[in-house]
Amino acid sequence: MNLLLGYYPGCALHGSSSDYESSIQACLQAFKIRLVELNGWVCCGASAAHSVNPLLSKSLSARNLAIAEREGYTELLAPCPLCSMELCKARHTILEDEEHRKQLSDIVELPLQGKTRVINVLQVFESIGQAELREHVKQPLTEVRAACYYGCLLTRPPKVVEFDDCEHPNSMEGILEALGASTVKWNFATECCGAGMTLAREETVIELSHRILANAVAHGANCIVVACPMCHVNLDMKQEETRKAHPELPQLPVYYLSDLVGLAVGLKESQLGVDKHFVPAELDLLSEPAETR
Amino acid sequence: MEDLTARTAEIPGVKCAVHYKYMCSDPGQSLVREKIVEEKLDGLVVAACSPHMHMKTFRAAAKAAGLNPYLVEIANIREHCSWVHEPKTEMTTVKAMDIIRMSVNKVIQDHSLEPIKVSLVKRALVIGGGVAGIQAALDIADAGHEVILVEREPSVGGKMAGLSETFPTLDCSQCILTPRMVEVGQHPGIRLYTYSEVEAVSGFLGNFSVTIRKKARYVDVDKCNGCLDCWAKCPSKQNQSEFDYGLGQRKAIYVPFPQAVPARPVIDPKTCIKFQRNKCGVCLKICKANAINYEDEDKIVTEEVGAIVVATGFKLYNIGKKQDTPGIIGYGEYGYGEYKDVIDGLQFERLASASGPTSGEIRRPSDGAEPKNVVFIACVGSRDPAKGIPYCSKICCMYTAKHTMLYKHKVHDGQAHVFYMDIRAGGKSYDEFVRRAIEKDGARYYRGRVSKISEENGKLMVSGSDTIGGEPVEIEADMVVLASAMRPSDGAKELAQKLKIGYDEHGFLSESHPKLRPVETTTAGIFVCGACQGPKDIPESVAQASAAAAKVQVLFSKSELTREPEVARIDEINCAACSACLRACPYSAIERAEIRDRGGNLVKYTSRVNPSLCMGCGTCVSVCPSKCADLEGFSEQQIYGMVNSLI
Amino acid sequence: MRKAGSFDKAVSALRIERCYQCGKCSAGCPMGSVMDAPPHRIMQWVGRGAIDRAVNAESIWLCVSCQTCTARCPQTVDTAGIMDEVRALAWREGVCSPAMVRTKLFLEAFLDSVRRHGRLNETELIAKYKIRGFLSDYKMALLLKDSMLAPRLIKRGKFRLFGGKSGDRDVIKRIFDKCEKVAAAEANDKTPKEAHHG
Repeated sequence: MNLLLGYYPGCALHGSSSDYESSIQACLQAFKIRLVELNGWVCCGASAAHSVNPLLSKSLSARNLAIAEREGYTELLAPCPLCSMELCKARHTILEDEEHRKQLSDIVELPLQGKTRVINVLQVFESIGQAELREHVKQPLTEVRAACYYGCLLTRPPKVVEFDDCEHPNSMEGILEALGASTVKWNFATECCGAGMTLAREETVIELSHRILANAVAHGANCIVVACPMCHVNLDMKQEETRKAHPELPQLPVYYLSDLVGLAVGLKESQLGVDKHFVPAELDLLSEPAETR
Repeated sequence: MEDLTARTAEIPGVKCAVHYKYMCSDPGQSLVREKIVEEKLDGLVVAACSPHMHMKTFRAAAKAAGLNPYLVEIANIREHCSWVHEPKTEMTTVKAMDIIRMSVNKVIQDHSLEPIKVSLVKRALVIGGGVAGIQAALDIADAGHEVILVEREPSVGGKMAGLSETFPTLDCSQCILTPRMVEVGQHPGIRLYTYSEVEAVSGFLGNFSVTIRKKARYVDVDKCNGCLDCWAKCPSKQNQSEFDYGLGQRKAIYVPFPQAVPARPVIDPKTCIKFQRNKCGVCLKICKANAINYEDEDKIVTEEVGAIVVATGFKLYNIGKKQDTPGIIGYGEYGYGEYKDVIDGLQFERLASASGPTSGEIRRPSDGAEPKNVVFIACVGSRDPAKGIPYCSKICCMYTAKHTMLYKHKVHDGQAHVFYMDIRAGGKSYDEFVRRAIEKDGARYYRGRVSKISEENGKLMVSGSDTIGGEPVEIEADMVVLASAMRPSDGAKELAQKLKIGYDEHGFLSESHPKLRPVETTTAGIFVCGACQGPKDIPESVAQASAAAAKVQVLFSKSELTREPEVARIDEINCAACSACLRACPYSAIERAEIRDRGGNLVKYTSRVNPSLCMGCGTCVSVCPSKCADLEGFSEQQIYGMVNSLI
Repeated sequence: MRKAGSFDKAVSALRIERCYQCGKCSAGCPMGSVMDAPPHRIMQWVGRGAIDRAVNAESIWLCVSCQTCTARCPQTVDTAGIMDEVRALAWREGVCSPAMVRTKLFLEAFLDSVRRHGRLNETELIAKYKIRGFLSDYKMALLLKDSMLAPRLIKRGKFRLFGGKSGDRDVIKRIFDKCEKVAAAEANDKTPKEAHHG
């Protein structure tokens, strides 16, 4: 499809969620989409910044938007939904509030128009389109019965991110079904996993994650698909602890959406970083009954 | 004021100027009458409030003193001046003076006018055969006037016919309504057009012409004897019943419910085997009266009426993703209507009704099980600006309390849970009724909204809030009943446009004045009543219907109508008959006429105003290229005079 | 008595006046059941000017900013945004419910890292958070908790001892300084505010 996209990795993808980065890079390469990392990007400040200084939060994102604008990107891919939402929020302010735009431009020391559109990973796959996805499939994901997990910020707040239906999203289902996978109807697609509360209130996060995992299992899913590094940490890395608190819960592989797209178009687990997950996630495992895993 | 009075007296043409604090009071009016007689006045300017307030008062005073009432002008120095400008400043006084001077210049060129007399047809049209329409029709007919009642559905009865019991007395809805339906059906003064819609309306107060479309029924109502054998024998059974809001089924040839008036069936061609596959024909074969006619077509009839009562009622907001109106949004968090056991208030009425699809047993739609935990949610859509409906639907608090009672009376070991924001139970015996639901019938009330409903293992997980207890509440329910917002019924807006009456941003029809003219519309001769004007319960709808009927009777008590004479007039001698005015007139009040000499030879064509149709808007005056159109009481000369007085 | 004119302005821009206490925010809040004061109560306190109550609540530090409340509010109040403003006010004033000190420390360590490097250094964040947390409550178990994850992260290449750094670190420091200056000015805002209980 020969496309060049501005790319904002964010700290997680350059840190403990490096597997997500390798997954996206490898997967999009297969579609001839080149990602160019934003020169001199800064952390969006995540929950810390918007929690204690909303202006700082918007300024950090505005700085990144200004850089993207300077480099001439029409679209900027931010695979982490928190970064993506923060960037969208800043852009929303820039476009709606002239006074605020001037203030932000002044703070970040760069001109700022809000020209660059911020997109998430799902939007990249949607722009590729189901037809082209289908054409690229080498290994149809017939064994996959996915619970598509959107989490909080891919669709919320709807007025800021303007993506899909915030209560009953279905864009991920469309993408996976094009790959030959089936998806399940379940109730926790947009419920929060506890996100950044992992360090401070682990027991609560484990309970929230458990509800999500258990509901996916109850509705017949054999894996969960996410598009967020935090969701992946809570559902994958912390799954062992969650299962300690709830021993009846079977192991459930947790994929990034790009993992499954990558596997379907014939990439190897190691290329995508699927082998780096905490819960074993080799595709062959999906054909076995959950109890034996 | 004294200063203004003194300066007014100096305006050329002013004979005398007097000041009195309450000129509209009885002594004030006496003063006016005295001055007219004493000073032999041939014009009167009252500098006071808006002519909307007291034009009538002063015209009457002038008439009593022998002055033609159309020689009275009001200079509005209150709404147009003192109320909207800084008080006691020089500029405000200057403006007041200007307004008075303009009015004086206008009154100088006024001439005597006589009200226009118009004949009237003493027959009323009532649109909508719900409880409000029925009440209005019966009241007007009982007063001895003919009524034409048009109802869109195959039977009259409206929403009330489908209710189980009514608050706050719990008397059976059908038991109290059906006698009135029968009365409507049998009343010699009422002509019933069911399964019909108003297609077009023209004319004016006292003389409306109404086109009605009688939808093809495929059953000859006159031949049919109402035996309903066809209904019993029709093999096409599994069609969603509109009357049961999809909870029950009906045949292809059907009456909506057994007590329907008229008890004459209709065929729904969309579900009829004869229409779909050209087979069957059972109804035709068994009909002894020979009333089935598959070739039936829509018929258009025209009726002349003098007054119109609109009573088109309401429908409920649905929570689905697809909405019929831009700006109204569905409830994704409640499942967009995809969960079978999440129903609305009217559906619950059918479940609780002895004539309903479950014969009055409370059974949930998905599997027919008796629900042991039922959650009732108030304010669904209502008071929810994010969904596009900011108003309170007024009746939900009461019917939700009623629902919990009906439920408890039928499912003794069941538990009703209610999520509410406020309990609005203003009305005679209303609050006591809600307390009874809580205290006697054990309904549990939680003050808080519900954030989400999800379906899990055949249960509905309801995540709500108890804001008084200060915590979230989760209830595993077997069924959820939504008190959905009341909205104007389908097509109300389009009908309003045909009738040239107003409606608000939500589509409810507008009354002329919210307090003093609550059943009148801005179009004379057209009245509103019931839920089409705004959410209201049965007693209010009935009261308003009787009020509208009383207004119609007031109108019909006169032998002829008088209209204000401030209408357009054409200088027919000079008119070039270009017809610009004819095309521009929004009321179709101008026609092309011929002027002939005594020998009957055509002299010329001209435009001519029908004074009984003209509303005096002045559009013709502004479009006439030869300045032949003018407005009585607001002539071009008068306006120039007024403008001149300012320069 | 607090002078908080700019706070009032900020929460007003997020439509706090529209809150009619329906509780839908609390009903859908993932943390609602573990909060001392669920979101609707924080909104009530902010709305009626009982700001002391709000800033001292544990729940403001338990909010995970999932935006469910904002997305579902029937009155279009930006509930999550108001939670941010309350936290920011508490932060400026150095107020924190004792039970939530660790959360605050985490945020501190996070921002400190971003200020210095322009990006998050996860190793530094965890180390700083653990040590400061330990110094605040001397809980050995918490100090050592998750330490077993480290080798497994390293094994998976998910642990970068030295995080990335942004090129424009001077600019970033200036951005922090400017934003903090605005915040400090707001904290000293002299606009009088009516008395409240707390």
